[in-house]
Amino acid sequence: MAKLKVEDLKRIKESMKGTVNLRQGDYRVKVTVHMGTCGIAAGARTLMSTLLDKLEQSGATDIILTSSGCAGLCNHEPMITVEVKDSAPVKYVNLDPDKVIKIFDEHVSGGHPVADYALSVGSETTY
Amino acid sequence: MQDLSLHILDIVENATKAGATLIEIDISEDISQDLLQITIKDNGRGMDAEMVQGVKDPFVTTRTTRRVGMGLPLLEQAAKETGGDLRITSERGEGTTVVAAFQESHIDRRPLGDMGATLTTLIMGNPDLDFVYTSNLGEDEIEIDTRSIRTELNDTISISDPAVIRLIQDLFRKKEV
Repeated sequence: MAKLKVEDLKRIKESMKGTVNLRQGDYRVKVTVHMGTCGIAAGARTLMSTLLDKLEQSGATDIILTSSGCAGLCNHEPMITVEVKDSAPVKYVNLDPDKVIKIFDEHVSGGHPVADYALSVGSETTY
Repeated sequence: MQDLSLHILDIVENATKAGATLIEIDISEDISQDLLQITIKDNGRGMDAEMVQGVKDPFVTTRTTRRVGMGLPLLEQAAKETGGDLRITSERGEGTTVVAAFQESHIDRRPLGDMGATLTTLIMGNPDLDFVYTSNLGEDEIEIDTRSIRTELNDTISISDPAVIRLIQDLFRKKEV
């Protein structure tokens, strides 16, 4: 039976020692993948995997990756929302993995929203 | 939905919206009966009998962002295409159980797909909820319980940390049906 090995978890714990883990509470950027029926059918899970790869590569500990439900814009799925602390959240629409990589590099890491893929800047809710 | 793991992701999202704190997902097969069965059990707020009756209707939903709910109807269709069915039992305050049964060898049965991606997506999206995943398919048995992972991590790092997520995903490598 495949089970998580306790040693592996211990190893991760060890490797984390000394680094302040901001991911548990405070964060600089929050990336939300909209994961309603519409989003899932349109490929939201692939975007989540792409974002996880990017997050892992970046080694950043101040970025939170999470999911939410349908935002009511099913025809624009898959969508993500990027919230950089103290600036307006940006909803990105009609995405694919390549677009998400660009958004991660330029907006999440670089702080500059990718206007070409954005629905709007500063929508009223972030879910 | 291209595969069953995407359906599972969708249905479990329902459970998270229903205020569940523990969601159990089981995938098992009975080769003698050519049966593949997916069970999703949550301890959320549950539904009354009337709601259970109506919930397979696409126009019944509790959501307010749009007026149609396609999750369960789509899963029911996927099951029925193989001669299987979808059963929902629920009790107010107790939780809901969804059981989807498929004829495993049926040509229209969609592949299981990437359950690792589904499970890790759920954990990342809902780091405060607990998930128990068990699958028993031929030679491959997988068991994941986020409660025991949490105990082991002992609050030093989050269960949604990429390093932990990667470890969970690795369990599923090359284990697709």
